[in-house]
Amino acid sequence: MEAGLVIAGAVTADLRIARARAAIASVCDPEIPVLTLDDLGVIREVAIAADGEIEVAITPTYSGCPAMGAMALDLQAALASAGFPKARIRNVLSPAWTTDWMTARGREKLAAYGIAPPAARASRRALFGEDNPLACPRCGSTKTVKVSEFGSTACKAHWRCESCLEPFDAFKCI
Amino acid sequence: MTPTPLLTYTLRLADNALVLGHRLSEWTAHAPTLEEEIALANLALDLVGQARMLYDYAAKIEGKGRREDDFAFLRDDRAFLNVLLVEQPNGDFAATMVRQLFFAAYAQPFYAALAGSKDETLAAIGAKAEKEMAYHLRHAGEWVIRLGDGTEESHARAKAALDDLVIYIDELFEVDAGDRALIEAGIAVDPAKIRPAFDKALGEILDEATLALPKVSHAHRGGREGLHSEHLGPMLAEMQVLHRAHPGAEW
Repeated sequence: MEAGLVIAGAVTADLRIARARAAIASVCDPEIPVLTLDDLGVIREVAIAADGEIEVAITPTYSGCPAMGAMALDLQAALASAGFPKARIRNVLSPAWTTDWMTARGREKLAAYGIAPPAARASRRALFGEDNPLACPRCGSTKTVKVSEFGSTACKAHWRCESCLEPFDAFKCI
Repeated sequence: MTPTPLLTYTLRLADNALVLGHRLSEWTAHAPTLEEEIALANLALDLVGQARMLYDYAAKIEGKGRREDDFAFLRDDRAFLNVLLVEQPNGDFAATMVRQLFFAAYAQPFYAALAGSKDETLAAIGAKAEKEMAYHLRHAGEWVIRLGDGTEESHARAKAALDDLVIYIDELFEVDAGDRALIEAGIAVDPAKIRPAFDKALGEILDEATLALPKVSHAHRGGREGLHSEHLGPMLAEMQVLHRAHPGAEW
């Protein structure tokens, strides 16, 4: 009987975690609403804490990302409506987030939304960076130039397409 | 009770990041172009984000119930432990870029080394901040090259900024007894080990900018012990006034 109870408990824990994961699967980045937080790679862990409550660990993309607070609130709201009113969101710093954690589906969604997805790792020390030109998310041309290292949010740079002449945001590589 | 070396160490890093971040934020609505306006605000955001993580850790080390806002908004200038470089006024755009170049050329290798600290939290903050400071270094380096190798006017302004700010470099690499103990414990970064990376990055950029670091016979110091220039007090007054007027205010 004892063994049966333990197994039942384990199954319940797995089910609860699966339900929590399903509840947060549709929560989107407040700044880039086509990306889910899963696509972005900021959700590090969904677990049951010692006190039995669901705990979700998230990691900031950039140290000063002002969207972190909104992300935590949105996650908490989604968890509450799925029956986890006391779920907690925990910030973890290590390992540091990298653009490599963005899913392939996330990259496709970004490009479709008009933001060039992160390409190969940026040349970190090269001045007047010899970055590979990014493909314009509107017309696909690679005749593009970087206007500024910093764009509309901490995670983006500002580029311009020389073919269609449109400016566009590009996700920075870190 | 005197603070532990680890608390002092963490607060110095946090204060450097916050004070420089606030200085950069003062450019908002005053920058020379829209792109630079956005860039400067982004740089400020990275630094304030780093400061928040460090103050949060300082609060945990201290264990007296203070929170990150208490450190930022409820301490007077003598309690701030930032180096003198970061509190210097923005001046013109060249002065801001030279100040940023000095700080980023130091902070990038510093945080890279801190990522190997035996203190898990400092190591995690180091790994995160290093990536951001690499962008700061590239941005400031590109501007100093443009200004130095630009027009007669921009060259003269970049040179004047170097002349004014060079005396604040050595303080970045200072070590006291508390730091020494932390270095020996594998927690703190030995600044002597990152000085070559700083000198190399700065030398390459200044060469390309047709500028040179002026030789000085002495360096200014004192910020790390709370002895500041006349510029920090007024900056803090503006930064802290809202929080002090409305205690406990939150966004």
